[in-house]
Amino acid sequence: MVDYFKELIGGTISLATGLWITFKYMWQPVITLQYPRQSVKMTRRHRSHIELARDSETGEVKCIVCGMCQRACPSNCITVIGEKSEGAKKKVLTKYILNYNTCSLCGMCVENCKPEAITFSDEYNMAGYRKEDFIMDLKKRFDEKNPKSAAATHNVAGGLKEDITRTSSN
Amino acid sequence: MNESINIPWLVGSLVAAIAFVALNASMLVWLERKVAGHIQRRIGPKEVGPFGLFQSFADGLKLMSKQLIVPECSDRILFKVAPLLVMVPAIMSFVVIPFSENLVARNINIGLLVIFAFASVNVLGLLLGGWGSANKYAVISGARAVSQNVAYEIPMLVTVVTMIMVTQTMNLNEIVLQQPDIFHWYIFRLNASPLMPVAFLIFFVCSMAETNRAPFDLGEAESELVAGFHTEYAGMGFGLFFLGEYANVFIGCSLATILFLGGWQSPFGVFPGVWWFLLKVYTLIFVVMWARWTFPRTTLYGLLNLSWKILIPISLFNLVLTGVMLKVF
Repeated sequence: MVDYFKELIGGTISLATGLWITFKYMWQPVITLQYPRQSVKMTRRHRSHIELARDSETGEVKCIVCGMCQRACPSNCITVIGEKSEGAKKKVLTKYILNYNTCSLCGMCVENCKPEAITFSDEYNMAGYRKEDFIMDLKKRFDEKNPKSAAATHNVAGGLKEDITRTSSN
Repeated sequence: MNESINIPWLVGSLVAAIAFVALNASMLVWLERKVAGHIQRRIGPKEVGPFGLFQSFADGLKLMSKQLIVPECSDRILFKVAPLLVMVPAIMSFVVIPFSENLVARNINIGLLVIFAFASVNVLGLLLGGWGSANKYAVISGARAVSQNVAYEIPMLVTVVTMIMVTQTMNLNEIVLQQPDIFHWYIFRLNASPLMPVAFLIFFVCSMAETNRAPFDLGEAESELVAGFHTEYAGMGFGLFFLGEYANVFIGCSLATILFLGGWQSPFGVFPGVWWFLLKVYTLIFVVMWARWTFPRTTLYGLLNLSWKILIPISLFNLVLTGVMLKVF
C-alpha cells in the first residue's frame, strides 16, 4: 500500500518534471536553419575543392607554375598550364584545370605546394547536371573573384576544350 | 427553460456549430504543429500565409479534392457511415455547451447527460470504421479504442457523478452560475471535497484518453498499426475523423472548464462572457497538446492499469468522501 502511493506520487512528480522541461524548451530560440535561405558558415578546417590563394601584395596568384601539385595528385586531376612571355623571368599561370569529378580531397596538392598557393575553399553548395560542370579552371574562378587582377591578355575561351579532353582522358 | 422551440435560432446555432467545428479544427491543427515545433525547437509551418496560418486551409482543400477510395473487400455502408458517426455526435454536443449566459443553443436541464450520451457514440464510429475497412490493423485499433474507452468512461463518469452530487443539477448553465469567482470554482471548493483538484485531474486525464489523444493514442499507434482505424480512409473521410477528434478535444476541455473552472464566469467577477470561456478552454487545449508532445505513448497494459488500478479507485474514494462530506456538513 505504501509502495502504491510512493509510485503514484513519484510518477506524478516525474510527469510534471517532463512537462516543465518541454515548457522551457518551447521558449528557447529555434535552432532550425532554413537551408536554401540560410546556410552554415564553414569552419576554417573545412575541406572543399581547392582554390588559388591570393598574394596580398601584388593581388595576383601566388602560383609559380612549378607543377608540384600536378605531380603529387594521386588521382591526376590537376593540370597546370603556364606560359613564359618574352623577356619575363618567370612563368605565368594561364590555366589551372581541376577535374573535381576524380578529386578525393586528399590535400596532397596543398601539402606539396611550396609557395602555399593552394588552399581549401569553403564552398560546399555544388550541384550540376553534367560531369563537365565540375571540370573547372581555378585561374578563371580566381579572376572572377578578384576582378581587378584580371589580365587583359588572359584568353579563357581558346584552348580550354582541349585541356578538358586531356584531363578527362587521364 | 426554453419551452417553445425557436426554429431560426436552432438552425442558426447548427450552422454556427458546424462553422465553429471546422474553423476550430483547422486552427488547432496549425496550433498543434506550432506547439510541436517549438517544443522540439523547430519552427513549424511558416510558408503559407503569415506564420503559416493558412497551412491548414491548404491542407483541407487538398483533402477535399482527393478521391474517396472505398476498399474492395470493405463493408461499404459501415465504411461510409463511420466518419459521420464520429463527426455528427461531436457537433450535436455543441448544442448544450454554454459559451456564455445567453449564447447556448438549447439550455436544457440534462445538458451534462446529453453530452455524455453523444460522446459515447464516438467510440462506435471508431470501432465501425476499423471493422468496416477490412484491414487487420484497423480491426486491432478498433478493439483497442473500445477497451480504452470503456476503461476511461468509468472514472470519468464517477467523477461526474461526484460533481452532480455537489452541484445538484445537470444544467450546464446553472453549474456555471454557481461559480461566480475564482474562490467558488469547483476545483478550489475544498469544503465540498478535499480531493477536488484530484477530481479535476482525473477528469482531464480521462477526457484526454476518451478523445484518443497522445499519450493515450493507442488506437492510431503509427509504429504498430500504420494509422489505426483510419488506415484505409482517403480524402475527406480521413478529414472527418480528424475534425471529429479536434471537436471532441474542444468538448472535453469545455466540459472541464464548465465543471471545474467556472465556465464563462470571470475569475474576478468582472466582465463575465464568452471570452473567458474561450480563454479557459484554449488554455486547457494547449495543455493537452503540451502533454502530447512531452510524453511518449503508453503501452496498452500501462493504459489499462492506470485506469483500473489508479483512476477508478481514487475516483470511487472521492465519490464516497464527497457523499460523507455532504451528509456531515
